[in-house]
Amino acid sequence: MNKTNKYEVRMKSLLFSSFLLASFFAILSCTDDEKQIVANFQDLVMSDEFNTDGALDPTIWNHEIGTGVNGWGNNELQYYTDRQENVVVQNGILIITAKEEDFNGSSYTSARITTKGLFEQAYGRFEARIKLPYGQGIWPAFWLLGSDCDQVGWPQCGEIDIMEFRGQEPTTIHGTVHGPGYSAVGGITKSYTLENDRFDTGFHVFGIEWTPEYINYYVDDVLYNQITPADVTGEWVFNKPFYIIINLAVGGTFVGSPNSETTYPQNMLVDYVRVYKNN
Amino acid sequence: MKTLKKIYSKVYLFLGIILVTAMSCERGLSDEVEFATYPTTPEIFSDGFVGGLDYFPFSGSFAEAFSVGTEVTYSGSASMRFDIPVFGVGYGGATFPSTGPRDLSEYDALTFWAKASQGADINEIGFGINGDTNNKFQVTMQNLPLTTQWRKYVIAIPDASKLTEEKGMFWYAEGAASATEEGGYTFWIDELKFEKLGTIAQPKPSILGGVDVNQQTFTDSNIVLDGLTQTFNLGSGANQTVSIAPSYFTFTSSNVDVAQVSELGVVSVVGSGTATITASIAGVAASGSLTLESSGALATAPVPTLPAADVISIFSNAYTDVPIDFFNANWGGSTTQTTDVQSNGDDIKYYTTNNFVGIGFENPTIDASSMTHLHLDIYTDDIISGNFEIQIRDRGANGVIDSDGNGNPTVDDRDLRFNVTALPQGQWTSVDIPLTGGLATQKNNLALLVFVGGVPNFYIDNVYFYR
Repeated sequence: MNKTNKYEVRMKSLLFSSFLLASFFAILSCTDDEKQIVANFQDLVMSDEFNTDGALDPTIWNHEIGTGVNGWGNNELQYYTDRQENVVVQNGILIITAKEEDFNGSSYTSARITTKGLFEQAYGRFEARIKLPYGQGIWPAFWLLGSDCDQVGWPQCGEIDIMEFRGQEPTTIHGTVHGPGYSAVGGITKSYTLENDRFDTGFHVFGIEWTPEYINYYVDDVLYNQITPADVTGEWVFNKPFYIIINLAVGGTFVGSPNSETTYPQNMLVDYVRVYKNN
Repeated sequence: MKTLKKIYSKVYLFLGIILVTAMSCERGLSDEVEFATYPTTPEIFSDGFVGGLDYFPFSGSFAEAFSVGTEVTYSGSASMRFDIPVFGVGYGGATFPSTGPRDLSEYDALTFWAKASQGADINEIGFGINGDTNNKFQVTMQNLPLTTQWRKYVIAIPDASKLTEEKGMFWYAEGAASATEEGGYTFWIDELKFEKLGTIAQPKPSILGGVDVNQQTFTDSNIVLDGLTQTFNLGSGANQTVSIAPSYFTFTSSNVDVAQVSELGVVSVVGSGTATITASIAGVAASGSLTLESSGALATAPVPTLPAADVISIFSNAYTDVPIDFFNANWGGSTTQTTDVQSNGDDIKYYTTNNFVGIGFENPTIDASSMTHLHLDIYTDDIISGNFEIQIRDRGANGVIDSDGNGNPTVDDRDLRFNVTALPQGQWTSVDIPLTGGLATQKNNLALLVFVGGVPNFYIDNVYFYR
């Protein structure tokens, strides 16, 4: 991972300046993205760098289509599609786009992708580098669900929200776990607010490091929370494989409806998704 | 030009040093190289003015409106205190320019803490009033709501890269426009400064209020672009819109052979054809545009032939006009805009989106006792709908215009209402109105001409009374 980042930094600098300046900047930039002492696991087991333009890699990702039950259980307003206008890879970036349009009875379209049945893992380090959209009622998320949800149901299966964001609070994200006895608004949660920056103007790394003893939450180089079995107000269900979900919702209980100042399209840009093993 | 030169010289110098270092070039720096050395001092007022500041009350401002107070402060020992007079006594308004220019290009907002002795909206508050540049980079925030608690306020800079030598640090204007609006209260401002917040994003500039406007026009017309705003999403998640000066924008004409735009937002029509004017700030396209259909030079109105002795002229190049107070009364509810146009050296008034508009002449009124008619020439490309009504008002001897709620004359006023029922498109039509009816016996204190309805867009020329 370190190697990849350094290479990217050099390439960008070369585009902007002469080689003299480039080498100067490259030296200065070595600290960018490299401060993740907050995470210890380094053995990469799965990654999607989104380096192939067009549709998503079908060996990693499923599309979830439609409105689910009750707006995916949250009164969300959008209709999820697998159309490239809602989800596409371009120039090394996964772009999930929320649009305002009448579609199959919904007023908005967007996309929700999962690794269910394709990549599921217990423990390890899950992270993604994302630039978020903004605006009242815009609700992007990067999260995990227990692989046995279809069998045992939610919240028994467990949910780890690595990053949730309310578009009307552009400087704050939320990291949460839900399980039996601490579902919905009872989730064990903590927020993280950027100082002198916001989440919709640049890419940020959102991640967890998950072991049998704890789940650590980090943003960029800041470890901002640790949740242990002692912290949850019910059974600790984070001891089995989970799969990844990335989605961009419009409206819903968590965020409220969009208003006249919300603009479309809104884009959630994902530079990469990486999973490391627990070792 | 001065501004640009200084910015560039800084860049060139930096590159120059690299070149000198890298290539051992022996050539020295030219004498013309200058550093942009303006101070970047962010503070304006903390416990007193910082960095050399002037205080210039606006004309007519309540003289005691501003003082430095020590009894109420957010932080430290002093704050800026503003005593807003009650309705009828005037208003509080002033600009606080820096004595020397400052380089504000590294900041993204003007911030301050404020509270008031009662809930109040500051009518206008902002920065960029700078006599040296004719307020080239003025920013106006309207109706800033204050509470009785100290709160932090943020006014975003539309494009800080423009503010490399700015003197206009802060200004405000607040007063009671009516007996029901708040007045007779105090507000305080503290910790007034420029900041780099890093949380101001998602710029959405707009011109013409964000509307795509189509307008028919002629060569030599000048059109002023208005409705210029910048909107940012603040760190609080709220959108904030401020009115801004045209020089923050980069204007573009799709066809410079038809229309060109100055950095002051004035569009000059220079030929026939179609041109669309668009704008951007710092590379972000503005919503709203102006598409002009220029049909070439506007035909000249018929040249008057009556001898000057038989004419009292309101608006004509053929005669000496009497004093006119205004060509657009800007009455409440009026949507009418008025533009000065020249065609072949002849001055013409262009009225657009008219519903009703008044031309006033009360200083002095016109004594048309010896005159028999009003003449005017009208040109329109619109299809007339209903009547184009021309009202001529005599205000009587009591010195005031007396009207009822519907604009009809009362007390000693009299008027004449004349309906123009046909206006052929695309040509000048001469209208001659006999001064009869309500004016038959009283036309010695004429004060107003009013145009109502009929066509929204029209040109007028050669408006005069004659015999």
